[in-house]
Amino acid sequence: MKLTKRLFLALAASTTIATLPIAAFADGWQPKRPIDFTIMAGAGGGADQIARFIQSVVEANGLTNRPLIPTNRGGGSGAESLLHLKDARDPDHTLLVTLNSFYTTPIRQEALGVDIETFTPIIMMGVDPFVLWVHKDSGIATFEEFVAKVKEMDGEFVMGGTGTGQEDSIVIAYMSGAYDLKVKYIPYDGGGAVAKDLAGKQIMATVNNPSEAKGFYEAGDFVPLLAFSDERMEAYPDVPTLKEKGHDFSYYNQRAIVGAPGMSDEAAAYYREVFGKVYDSEKWQGYLVSESLSPLIMDEAETRAYWSRQVQNHRQLLSEMSN
Amino acid sequence: MEVISFLADGILLALEPVNFALIIIGVTVGLFIGAMPGLGSVNGVAILLPITFLVPPNSAIIFLAAIYYGAMYGGAISSVTLGIPGASTAVATTFDGRPLALQGRASLALVTAALASFVGGTVANVLFTLFAPVLASTALSFGPPEIFALMLLAFATFVGLGGDDIPKTVFSICLGLVLAAVGFDTISGEPRLVLFEIDGFMRGIGFIVLAIGVYGIGEMLWTIEQTRGEVTTTNPKMTVKGMASDAKEAMQRGWKGTWIGSLIGFFVGILPAAGATPGSLMSYGVAKMLSKTPEEYGNGSPDGVAAPEAANNSASTGSMLPMLTLGIPGSPTTAILLGGMVIWGLTPGPRLFLDETEFVWGLIGSFYISNIAALVINLAFIPLFVWMLRMPFTILAPLIFVLSIIGGFAASRSMHDLWLIVIFGMAAFFLRKFDYPLAPAVLAIVLGPIAEPTLRQSLLLSSGDPMIFFNRPIAGPITIIAIILILLPGIKLLRRKRAMAKN
Repeated sequence: MKLTKRLFLALAASTTIATLPIAAFADGWQPKRPIDFTIMAGAGGGADQIARFIQSVVEANGLTNRPLIPTNRGGGSGAESLLHLKDARDPDHTLLVTLNSFYTTPIRQEALGVDIETFTPIIMMGVDPFVLWVHKDSGIATFEEFVAKVKEMDGEFVMGGTGTGQEDSIVIAYMSGAYDLKVKYIPYDGGGAVAKDLAGKQIMATVNNPSEAKGFYEAGDFVPLLAFSDERMEAYPDVPTLKEKGHDFSYYNQRAIVGAPGMSDEAAAYYREVFGKVYDSEKWQGYLVSESLSPLIMDEAETRAYWSRQVQNHRQLLSEMSN
Repeated sequence: MEVISFLADGILLALEPVNFALIIIGVTVGLFIGAMPGLGSVNGVAILLPITFLVPPNSAIIFLAAIYYGAMYGGAISSVTLGIPGASTAVATTFDGRPLALQGRASLALVTAALASFVGGTVANVLFTLFAPVLASTALSFGPPEIFALMLLAFATFVGLGGDDIPKTVFSICLGLVLAAVGFDTISGEPRLVLFEIDGFMRGIGFIVLAIGVYGIGEMLWTIEQTRGEVTTTNPKMTVKGMASDAKEAMQRGWKGTWIGSLIGFFVGILPAAGATPGSLMSYGVAKMLSKTPEEYGNGSPDGVAAPEAANNSASTGSMLPMLTLGIPGSPTTAILLGGMVIWGLTPGPRLFLDETEFVWGLIGSFYISNIAALVINLAFIPLFVWMLRMPFTILAPLIFVLSIIGGFAASRSMHDLWLIVIFGMAAFFLRKFDYPLAPAVLAIVLGPIAEPTLRQSLLLSSGDPMIFFNRPIAGPITIIAIILILLPGIKLLRRKRAMAKN
């Protein structure tokens, strides 16, 4: 086939017509290549579960014209993924699914030179509260009994949680400080391993997220004693909060999607719309209820303010911990 | 028998046209993903998870489990034909599978692997069906000290692996342990051994990177150097009759390894935190130890192929046990499957077995069907894989190189890992020239990340008292056996020296 001028024009015209309807329907920015969907934790953890859940909702409803490519970059307690975002060559196509190491890792590892306040807020999918659990065989039924037991054992009471400086250790450190408790803290790789060792009575108490402990709770093995949420949780109406006990402390794991620094406003708006649809979907709303996540809807400015509050809080909590 | 009727219902469910078709597709996809060096069942299951949103949960988990099964069969294929373990679960398969292939007996190795996998899967399925609830509570009684004792045992069974040069073996193990320690330390919450301040080391050094470097690049350099390019390729012939006689030989010479692997694999597999890789390595070590002809191991013993292959299939079924009975992942792949269950609206946990009978037994039923499907499909593809070996080395070598690079990149999508693969490949070549055994280093990088945290957790539990490994009912005996095994070669050596001195 000879490429004449007429043929070229015809081809050009037909290409334009073929692409017109799409361009007409989408208002503005559209991804031009597959979207890097980085997960701040290893395969199988809470953040991973949520990322893949979101991806499946996006795919099932055809919400993006280019696929989300989930990649686990959990190394260095999330440092790997923070650096990946900070140095992203194509910020418009780079997203991060976060947990609280988003705040703690840059504080604990200053050498990274990551300032999360330069990142682009996309959406907060929900926040995951923490609950204090013991095994039913321990005979402990209330938080007061728990405090008495820990004091009685004088440093021999064993609690398990995620790595030092991560969420679980922060919650336990605050609680221990507030009630003058001495516990033996055993760090684990992830919440699943922690729950398993409580079920096997290798450790005596945990502060698992409800999603991690729910199966054992429903089977009657775990007893919830105290919630670290702002208000009593719907799924556990009889469990008091630490706030009710007179300590102004609540702690949640954030389940958010964040864009790379330097993402254009158009791209950010596009992703907010896509994940907003995921958020409103029946599937996600069902997930929030079944996994006891709390909603926390914020716009861009509110999110930025929330971030800087969180950074301050974590800086204080971590410095109190190391004292 | 209630169990039998549940199982019958489950098998019927798995045989429904949609589910059966998904099993066939899943097993085939898994077989090829597993055969690709670098990619294993974790990648396959993670990539295909969102697709399962389109079918009911029963079919979805059956599909993903079929991929898992297929990948376990497939891992052996690249171990044998390319000499690169397709996944960490198939490392031990290279030890004897590769020598067999170099002797022109690739088809024997592949047939042995397929049959052993089948027996391993079947043994595990039966144990699973009959004893699931009892075994679940056993899994829970394994805390950090027990897991560490088990890892010590795994190391112990491998002390003999490096041959007679004990100092070099120890050096190799230490090298592996140091590489395993690179990255981030969960216990202290600090980065550690981030070499040259290169950010890529934050993630640590994965097994895949070391294995592809050592077995892919290193092995290729070695072959080129040894033969100076004049490689005489083996010319294996594939006929139905030949395969039948291979099958017969596999059964005669591989049955012992198969049984050892099936049982050890299952029991190690059901322990969360341990899983299929330690299971297959331990099975190899134990099979060698119990063998009347241990000198055959490493030089192409069918038992040496059968033991790890039976074990990794048996263990992958075993690792479903804590997932279904407790809602706890027994391996990285089952962790993703658990995520899937949440997506499909199920609550993993101890109630799952009681509340979702159809789902659970449909999955168990599908194990039986997938296992048979995987055997048939695998056997059907063996001629294709053997044919690959008939390619001239000048074509095969670049192909291995390309596959190594693609596989290494696909797993983590990072250039840093690719450079490491090349560096490890060259380092492996020189270490081999100086007669350092490399298998112990690979073993250490697999077991180190399990052994180190459990050791430290145990010592935190006991406030630093090492007696915790001896005075617990399960950990104690395991630790003592491990220590005896570690000391054994030394005692043997002393005796031999004394005998020589007398003469």
